[in-house]
Amino acid sequence: MSTPNVIVIGGGLGGLWATLRIADAGFPITLFSLFEVKRSHSVCAQGGINAVLDTKGQHDSIRQHIIDTIKGGEYLANQPPVKAMCEDAPGLIHTFERMGVTFSRTPEGLLDQRLFGGVKNKRTCFAGASTGQQLLYGVDQQVRRLESEGKVVKHEWWEFLSLLLDADGVCRGIVAMDLNSLEVRAFTADAVVVASGGMGQLYAPKSTTSTNSTGAAASRCYRQGAWMANAEFFQFHPTAMMGHDKNRLMSEAARGEGGRIWVPKTPGDRRPPKTIPEAERFYFLEEFFPAYGNTVARDEAARAIWTVTRQMGLGIGGDGGDRVYLDLTHLDAAFIGARLGAILEIYRKFAGVDPMTEPMEIFPAAHYGMGGLWVDFERSADGGIQPDSPRNHATNIPGLYACGECDYAYHGANRLGANSLLSASYSGRVAGESVVSYLKGLAVDRGGLAPAIPQAEVACQQGINAELMRAEGADTPYLIQKELGALMTTKVGVVRSNPELTSALGEIQVLQERLGNARLGESSTWANQSLAFARQLGDMIELAAVVAQGALARDECRGAHYKPAFHIPIPEGTFAGDPEFEAYRDRWHANNAQWLKTTIAEHTRDGPKLSYQEVDLSVYAPTEPRDYR
Amino acid sequence: MTEQPIHLRIRRQDRPDSAPYWQEFTIPGHPDHNIVSLLMALRENPVTVSGERVDPIVWEHNCMEEVCGSCAMLINGVPRPSCSALVAELDQPIRLEPLPKFPVVRDLLVDRRRIDQGLKQVKAWIRIDGVWDTHEGAPRIGPDAWAADYLYSRCMSCGCCMAACPQFGPHSAFLGPAPLAQARLMNAHPTGRYDKTERLHAIMADGGLSDCGNAQNCVRVCPKEIPLTTAIGELGRQTTVQLLKDLFGPR
Ligand SMILES: Cc1cc2nc3c(=O)[nH]c(=O)nc-3n(C[C@H](O)[C@H](O)[C@H](O)COP(=O)(O)OP(=O)(O)OC[C@H]3O[C@@H](n4cnc5c(N)ncnc54)[C@H](O)[C@@H]3O)c2cc1C
Ligand code: SF4
Ligand code: SF4
Ligand code: FES
Repeated sequence: MSTPNVIVIGGGLGGLWATLRIADAGFPITLFSLFEVKRSHSVCAQGGINAVLDTKGQHDSIRQHIIDTIKGGEYLANQPPVKAMCEDAPGLIHTFERMGVTFSRTPEGLLDQRLFGGVKNKRTCFAGASTGQQLLYGVDQQVRRLESEGKVVKHEWWEFLSLLLDADGVCRGIVAMDLNSLEVRAFTADAVVVASGGMGQLYAPKSTTSTNSTGAAASRCYRQGAWMANAEFFQFHPTAMMGHDKNRLMSEAARGEGGRIWVPKTPGDRRPPKTIPEAERFYFLEEFFPAYGNTVARDEAARAIWTVTRQMGLGIGGDGGDRVYLDLTHLDAAFIGARLGAILEIYRKFAGVDPMTEPMEIFPAAHYGMGGLWVDFERSADGGIQPDSPRNHATNIPGLYACGECDYAYHGANRLGANSLLSASYSGRVAGESVVSYLKGLAVDRGGLAPAIPQAEVACQQGINAELMRAEGADTPYLIQKELGALMTTKVGVVRSNPELTSALGEIQVLQERLGNARLGESSTWANQSLAFARQLGDMIELAAVVAQGALARDECRGAHYKPAFHIPIPEGTFAGDPEFEAYRDRWHANNAQWLKTTIAEHTRDGPKLSYQEVDLSVYAPTEPRDYR
Repeated sequence: MTEQPIHLRIRRQDRPDSAPYWQEFTIPGHPDHNIVSLLMALRENPVTVSGERVDPIVWEHNCMEEVCGSCAMLINGVPRPSCSALVAELDQPIRLEPLPKFPVVRDLLVDRRRIDQGLKQVKAWIRIDGVWDTHEGAPRIGPDAWAADYLYSRCMSCGCCMAACPQFGPHSAFLGPAPLAQARLMNAHPTGRYDKTERLHAIMADGGLSDCGNAQNCVRVCPKEIPLTTAIGELGRQTTVQLLKDLFGPR
């Protein structure tokens, strides 16, 4: 047998880490990406990456990182992979350091660490305000080195379209399209890793993610039989700067340093914000959450903004009045400039307005998909994951692996800040190791792929292109995407209700039909971006149905998924031991018994078929309800 | 801020080998438009001022936060990322052209693979044994050295500096400023310096450092304010020392 080869789809942190690990083991790799890999969405991350190094004399522990991650995810993440990730985090940071990542330093020349949301200790490594960019470049440079040594071949500006599955349903390669020549070609491989990133664009333009974070690649795997898990969990960041094209993240730090959020008390008040007297302003976070005020947790803040703008009609700004003010103008300019320079710069650059003199206009924005392709793991004797098990990060399709934001592991119902760069890197490395074990275990006489299979798949994909090129309908894909984003933001967003979700599912269906009858508006056979976009949009609509269906079925509130009709409030003024509190605790346990489960969505011709899987709670059992009083 | 219609002149090209041509568009203004959001709005309804329906304009963009480096183009004659180019601050009609010096793929989309080749040529990486854990911390880096290096590590390969450089282009083998600055960065790293000699030899060859005419155009356009000419100056001193070493040093 010749040396088995691997295809990696995606050149963000996840894909590049997988590539490095597989190349280390001596297997040839072909890497596919929609564009030069160093432009992947991973560059956008600013805040940092978590690892317990305990460099600040706080007695931080890996155990605490594990617990923070599990609790942060509202117990929905399988715990052995979480444990293994937290344990491996320090080693991962040191490897990044060896690669030359310019992490910020202490006066002693050691790695500096800072505090991040949801955590009590300084545990977050950062590289100025561009951590994601620096981490990505670290691995990108290593892959470039391997490329120059002939160990990796990059296919940039190629789009993955579908999997090649053999008669036994084993993944044996992919079909991809050259985004310039539009050539559709089959590539066989002995294993495939998908690392195609998140799906924030389902909510476009009210999303903080890059335009390529469409989830289309994951959706294509789903259509061919891979399971999607926990797709209904989607994190909305409360304070993003509104833009015509996208929402840009305004770090939590702005509120942490004393920023106040408000709207005018009178609906439709058009006066410039600085001229509105204090008495006519509604500082709603401070009123709703007297104990926490403006620094209340991300999900609570996002919901409060939603209530004030969508339900009370008090929003400001042009786009249907759904913005609120984030005000820094009362703070000392020198102090704020020193502490928040980077984000002030973004606001100045993109809004053309100085947040030191004018309040910023912000809105909650879709930020991170907690769900994604379902992946397996093998529990080890010590309660983590078994090193080198071929099951780790394997999807339910043999030979197909997933890592990074496109998989569902590690984050549960919510994500802990600065843990997703960690999970993307860690899962990439694990998936790489797992693929190596899988290849080593392959039967020697497995035989080639019957040529009819790639031929048929290429023809099928070419057929889809031809059909799209021919269509002469009324809508354009760009308009349909706008409607999808608005629909998802309004009905499958921060606050959800069953009647709205039901109606969303109907509308999603209509969008799918309309896309089938849209016109591309161009017929060029060279670099036709509308064609690629229309194809992705079809896959996004498919995924939107999975998100909405999962949300409709899950009648509870957990993390980023919030349905007021099923909210179980803590009875006011009662504590453990009080009969009322104990009654509440019983309800909480009963709810967990029903809903502390992984949602699995399987593709069928009639839409997603849902089922539920037990969560592995072997590290830290949920015994106490969360109580922030 | 303007609510007036925005007037655009766009240089288009259907294929790498076909002739360029200009088209004009007007599009309703919006106070927070940047060039990327304008092009996004335009592709929904690409009709020229003379009422002709045309193909949507092709260009590259991803992050829309000026960090991925993909969206650079010539805007009113200046190379810059288009996502951070606010319409309100531009003179109209706004002229959009593909980033010069790089081959055009289609419309405003160019092929910047030469930056990548340059990075390979100067070996812009730290050579490590493998990506496994070595159970050892990396060498320390002082805060001052960090601050100097950090400036260079922000280069997003947008190509603006190369587009502005009179020495770089299809006519010459010159590497261009961005890969040179990366050689400076790697040479400064405690592990990267082990390969310093090789990197210096690479930039002492044809198309290397000596092709820089010191016109300083590059620093003026870099959106990340990377001190390119400082890097070039430092490399100049390093190559001089290397030259002496090559002539007289121990073998
Ligand atoms: C504004 C912002 C700030 C953030 N800040 C932080 C932070 O401070 N800390 C933190 O931990 N996390 C942060 N995150 C989250 C984190 O950045 C991402 O979760 C992570 O980078 C995802 O990495 P990835 O490798 O999975 O995917 P990506 O980096 O998105 O890469 C996806 C890759 O897949 C390729 N691809 C996609 N589809 C196809 C296809 N069909 N064919 C071929 N290739 C394809 C793309 O070309 C790309 O190379 C932030 C996110 C946002 C939006
Ligand atoms: S200083 Fe050198 S690299 Fe910069 S623009 Fe001038 S010639 Fe080009
Ligand atoms: S040095 Fe500046 S202008 Fe040149 S590629 Fe890098 S970021 Fe762009
Ligand atoms: S879109 Fe990323 S730099 Fe402009």
